Amino acid sequence: MDILIENLELLLQALGTTLMMAVVAGIGSLILGVLVTVARVSPIPVLRAAAFCYTQFFINVPLLALLILAVFALPDAGLLLPLTPTAIIVLTVYEAAYVAEAVRSGVNTVGVGQIEASRALGLSLGQSLRLVVIPQALRAVVQPLGNVMIALAMNTALAAAVGVVELTSRVNKVNLVHAQPIEIFTGAGLVYMAIALAIGLATGWVERKVAIVR
Amino acid sequence: MAEHPAHPAQDRAATSAAMVSLRSVDKHFGSLHVLRGIDLEVRASEVVVVVGPSGSGKSTLCRTINRLETIDSGEIRVDGAALPVEGAGLARLRADVGMVFQSFNLFAHRTVLDNVTLAPIQVRKAKRRDAEAEAMVLLDRVGIADKAHHLPAQLSGGQQQRAAIARALAMQPKVMLFDEPTSALDPEMVGEVLDVMVGLAAEGMTMIVVTHEMGFARRAADRVVFMDEGRIVEQNTPAAFFDAPQTDRARAFLASVLTH
Repeated sequence: MDILIENLELLLQALGTTLMMAVVAGIGSLILGVLVTVARVSPIPVLRAAAFCYTQFFINVPLLALLILAVFALPDAGLLLPLTPTAIIVLTVYEAAYVAEAVRSGVNTVGVGQIEASRALGLSLGQSLRLVVIPQALRAVVQPLGNVMIALAMNTALAAAVGVVELTSRVNKVNLVHAQPIEIFTGAGLVYMAIALAIGLATGWVERKVAIVR
Repeated sequence: MAEHPAHPAQDRAATSAAMVSLRSVDKHFGSLHVLRGIDLEVRASEVVVVVGPSGSGKSTLCRTINRLETIDSGEIRVDGAALPVEGAGLARLRADVGMVFQSFNLFAHRTVLDNVTLAPIQVRKAKRRDAEAEAMVLLDRVGIADKAHHLPAQLSGGQQQRAAIARALAMQPKVMLFDEPTSALDPEMVGEVLDVMVGLAAEGMTMIVVTHEMGFARRAADRVVFMDEGRIVEQNTPAAFFDAPQTDRARAFLASVLTH
């Protein structure tokens, strides 16, 4: 415990980085994921194909490989961003694929009858999606989305491998100095568990709040 | 100029009386020929009830009129205008054609009031306050003003269908399509929905109603259209159709639906 308290300021700073990455990438992946879903269910073949390729690519390539690729290949291609924003962008586009898959399963819960009703009223396809389909699809997949968000929060630890000083990276550095791995890594583990628990509880609350009575 | 079609004026004159007209409409579902050479004209304020055995194509016919189903050949006009292809033009036309479905299809995540005001606000760009005032008038008219702030799932089937009728009416449609509006209802709720429809018919709404409710056809129809195997086999006034059907198929159909 003493070691954790001794290094509290550094650890809290690193925890802040972890949380910031999770929140920014979380919001970003939710928005991007919904857009990918919209493309996936649109009647335009090119968009559907692009969305399909997008999700398949990111689901079938390891996140660590993507992080390494982005950190070392993007500067070569002339795009030099600081490490943390790079990691956030990679996390966002990666988790967006999982968000899109979850939301797409929610779209399938919205009856085709409601879509026909909205079209019959004169709503455009975009209005039908925005006002009728997506709001109900999101309500149906709050729990799966919560799980994606938890996975995202845990996946921020991989950023340590490409040099981002977030929680895992920081405790690793502290351990290199103090060599008390049990206390240090157990402490970090408990913090990650607390983050997951908070997301899980928030998910449950949101789900109760927005559930559709059927 | 000589190549200009010589009869657009005549064409308009011929269709101006018809609110809905179908000419030689054909449609296949794969190998199934669901609509065969359908010709049908529905005048403004006319109430046409379409009856026939299951699978006769009557629901499909109803759904082609606002292009929820596309057709293979033929022509469909609503208020003189040919049905546009998918896009803004079709959306504008659909806004003028109300539709009521067998399964209600209310938006499950919105209150009854929001269901009714959604399209006026989003499509007609009505102000929310005006749309809500108008919606309350309509909900009062169909007898569920007290349910305005309930979600669809909190209503009975009959109430949901009346809400769906109010939702369609909120767009002030030129014509209303009813696709088996009472088929999904418990028997004791059929009457409350039919009463609303009879009221609409009496007010001069142009209506095309696909139904198995022969009582409604007798009470409210100007004309009964009998379909079988994708064709219009017979059409007549309700009195003539029910009392003196002209074809064997209509007689057989009536015998099977009226004996119980």
